[in-house]
Amino acid sequence: MEEKLVFTRPECVVDRATHYCPGCQHGVAHRLIGEVLDEMQLADKSILVSSIGCSVFLYNYLHIDAVEAPHGRAPAVATGVKRARPDNFVFTYQGDGDLASIGMAEIMHCANRGENLSVIFVNNTVYGMTGGQMAPTTLEGQKTTTSPRGRDVLHDGNAIRMAEIIAQLEGTSYSTRVALDTVLHIKQTKKAIKKAFTLQNEKKGFGFVEILATCPTNWKMSSLDANERIAKELIPYFPLGTYKDIEQGAK
Amino acid sequence: MANERLFIKGNEAISRGALAAGCKCFFGYPITPQNDIPEFFSEEMLKTGGDFVQAESEIAAANMLLGAGAAGIRAMSSSSSPGMSLKQEAISYMAGSRVPAVLVNIVRGGPGLGDIGPSQGDYYQSTRGGGHGDYRLFVLAPSTAQEAYDLTIKAFDVAFKYRTPVMIQGDAILGQMKEPIVPWIPETLNNYDVDTWCLHGTKGRKERLVKSLFLNDGELAAQNLSLQATYDSWTSEVMYEEFECADAELIIVAFGSIARITKSTIRTLRAKGHKVGLFRPITLYPFPNEALENLAKQGKKFLTIEHNLGQMVDDVRLAVRRHADSDFFGFLPGNLPSPIDCEEPILKALKA
Amino acid sequence: MSYVEIDTERCKGCFLCTALCPLKILAPSNSFNSSGYKPVELTDKSKCTGCASCALTCPDIAITVYRTSKTNSEKTNG
Repeated sequence: MEEKLVFTRPECVVDRATHYCPGCQHGVAHRLIGEVLDEMQLADKSILVSSIGCSVFLYNYLHIDAVEAPHGRAPAVATGVKRARPDNFVFTYQGDGDLASIGMAEIMHCANRGENLSVIFVNNTVYGMTGGQMAPTTLEGQKTTTSPRGRDVLHDGNAIRMAEIIAQLEGTSYSTRVALDTVLHIKQTKKAIKKAFTLQNEKKGFGFVEILATCPTNWKMSSLDANERIAKELIPYFPLGTYKDIEQGAK
Repeated sequence: MANERLFIKGNEAISRGALAAGCKCFFGYPITPQNDIPEFFSEEMLKTGGDFVQAESEIAAANMLLGAGAAGIRAMSSSSSPGMSLKQEAISYMAGSRVPAVLVNIVRGGPGLGDIGPSQGDYYQSTRGGGHGDYRLFVLAPSTAQEAYDLTIKAFDVAFKYRTPVMIQGDAILGQMKEPIVPWIPETLNNYDVDTWCLHGTKGRKERLVKSLFLNDGELAAQNLSLQATYDSWTSEVMYEEFECADAELIIVAFGSIARITKSTIRTLRAKGHKVGLFRPITLYPFPNEALENLAKQGKKFLTIEHNLGQMVDDVRLAVRRHADSDFFGFLPGNLPSPIDCEEPILKALKA
Repeated sequence: MSYVEIDTERCKGCFLCTALCPLKILAPSNSFNSSGYKPVELTDKSKCTGCASCALTCPDIAITVYRTSKTNSEKTNG
């Protein structure tokens, strides 16, 4: 009989506790990024552009160079980094408030210019760090601290589906939406991240990965209930799938 | 011929100065009266192997500048007043993250949409940081196309020497007026300790972080003290011009295009025997306090003339406060001042 | 046999792993770690197949997985 270690911490992920709430799936997304960076040996040429939100501290959890972007501006900062150092591997890691609200112009134009960089977009339908306010991806009827009676689409508009929108832009090479609620979905997420990173590495342009994730604290749910909400409420409104892939006929 | 004379606008002089200084990336957005600058780079930058991006907004352009600077690359972004207001948050981040960058503000009339004519209404914004938090910009105010070329080269050196954003502050006159300049190429381009902090991938070293968020006890205080120490050290970089001040009774304090206009007036009045001189700050920050105070000690009178409703006059009064005060005369935005317009206020101040 | 090791200090007691373990052999323990979280524990080590579903869903990389499989020779010789 042969005993093998089959799962452990990726090398480029820092061995320390994270500040995230119990059950917050940022931690899973971080780890998947670390695994892909290790497998593709990209860590020592990577430059992370971190955004403002719970995930700003990603730079404390990865052994790679990083710069902090003002709220919403990571795609612009990343454009500057990549234009200045085209041989480095550049990616942003952003939440829904950062990317789809204040940073909407930046993500649209970064994609439309076809910048050769990758964007990891974690959509958990609320502003986490600031205490659970309504976000552009908050669902109809979802209660948040700024939609206390539930989001009213007549008053606050509908949730924005980013993966589909980004897929419409000519400059986009790859746009997909994945989730982290099941083992299958987690494996698909890793594949999607690897796909986006490979495209950049092969200078084939802009990759966008939208990851549906939980925010138990601000959803006021247990981690397990929050995880179930992904399939029950998020995926029906935010269908998973690849909406553009220049290397295959996308959906 | 390397330094063959060129007859070009101030905007182009700034652009050529940046290329001479090894600027590799330019991030711009259209706004009058600085458009010649992004237009120039959209052609010329690509020839140098550098890169030009017309961003989706001045906000995006300034954040691209933050990115390039964090990567240790010489980069620049230009705009005019309303656009410069949009860039303030990013500039505060550059200051807080100690990112070197060069910005150009070709000032126009304000507030609001204002006009596209000259003004000096952004003096406060440029010299008081302009964004949130205790920080300052290193601000250079050229008054001729040649000086604009020269100071742009200096701006990049200062930016990397002190790891700070640097502002070239011109106005619509400087930007749009054509003058002969003699271009020159600096022998060396010194990026100082850039390789010890810039981001270019961890190959063979620990990861680096360029940030302005400091949450642990005492960290932000320490960062602020370190920034302040940098600003204090800038007194060694002060630049100014004195013209006919030695025996002058009245010193006109003016900068940029207005200084040039009043200089003509001073020549005219000197010819009529009036003892007037010009003191022209070239670095608006660090402000030339010591030099002004020395003049005040000699019993000089002061009249500050600006193209706004009185902003630099505050700094002049602060500088001379122990010995003198300063009168003020302001041209209003929307007007194009001429030397004759300065005679009356100067003569009035002489008699006061 | 295959098994998992739980870093009880890193575990925040979110229990996502208990839901995704196909054999339901992970459950909250009765102890607390220094942060006051109740770490999860392996209830029946003999059943664990080392599939790592638990580790995949763990947001805190608190689970290390060891899989014991027959060597090739054992497989062929039965």
